[in-house]
Amino acid sequence: MRITRAKHATSAEMDMTPMIDVCFQLIAFFMFVLNFSEVDTDQRINLPASELARPPDVPYAQPLTVQMTADDTILFAGDELTPAALQSALMREAQIIKAYPNKKLSDVTVVLRADRSAKTGKVQEVIQMCQQAGFDMFALRGKTSDVSTLIEP
Amino acid sequence: MKIRHHERGDKIELSMTPMIDIVFLLNIFFLFTFKIVLPEGDFNVQMPSAAAARAAAPSELPPLRLVMKSAPTGELADLQLAGRSFGNGRDAFAQLQKYIRTQFVAEGAADEQEIEIDADYDLDYDYVVRAITAVTGYIENGQPHKLIERIKFTPPKQQAP
Repeated sequence: MRITRAKHATSAEMDMTPMIDVCFQLIAFFMFVLNFSEVDTDQRINLPASELARPPDVPYAQPLTVQMTADDTILFAGDELTPAALQSALMREAQIIKAYPNKKLSDVTVVLRADRSAKTGKVQEVIQMCQQAGFDMFALRGKTSDVSTLIEP
Repeated sequence: MKIRHHERGDKIELSMTPMIDIVFLLNIFFLFTFKIVLPEGDFNVQMPSAAAARAAAPSELPPLRLVMKSAPTGELADLQLAGRSFGNGRDAFAQLQKYIRTQFVAEGAADEQEIEIDADYDLDYDYVVRAITAVTGYIENGQPHKLIERIKFTPPKQQAP
């Protein structure tokens, strides 16, 4: 008996086009949602929620982010600092801003991201240090909430 | 002259494999760095240092004093506005807002009024933000309304020993 082998000269080719389309779509999506400002938004901080906390209409001219975790660690300019070290870091920052002819201390907004369970006194001390360094515009940052936060759940 | 056309029967095949490799790598990279960022917003407070504030023209109305007493654990113990207590119940901040709406907005005095927040050292920062929310405004039927927007803090108190 003769066995006939099916010899296909042409290899079975998969149609790649839809897969590549989808992959490019995914890449485009992830590229758009990628955020580069990770230094300014530390994930350890659980911000207090408020329904009135809306993103600013125009971005700040000179934002300066100071962050404070629940255990009173201060994050400033990518470093973890103690409250004592923040004072000198802020003074240095103020000196640098003063040294630029086109920058003014009054244009700087200090964005304060403090954890919801941080102590108010510690937050106020940070504000006081910023005032001593010459900054006087503050933005207390909160998480945008859809429901009213006035009545405790 | 005879022009030769290169007519070849076999097509030039593009090698897809390296491209797909790179595309998958990119995809995996973006997938791992993907992080959902919740929207954040700000309360703007202008607080010059004490010396500069004294030099500035004083407001005609004396600031209202919002006292926030703290329990040792950081919980809110008492909320008082200009001597009137709102307790520490679940709806203390809602009552505070209701009081401000009836007392100041009706009189049209909310624009010049200033509120000074006097919070205890140990109080959780969350309560301060809720107090600021209660005094600065409210959202009704999707429309934001403004109440008292001028806020300042008293100098920080000493840490309880």
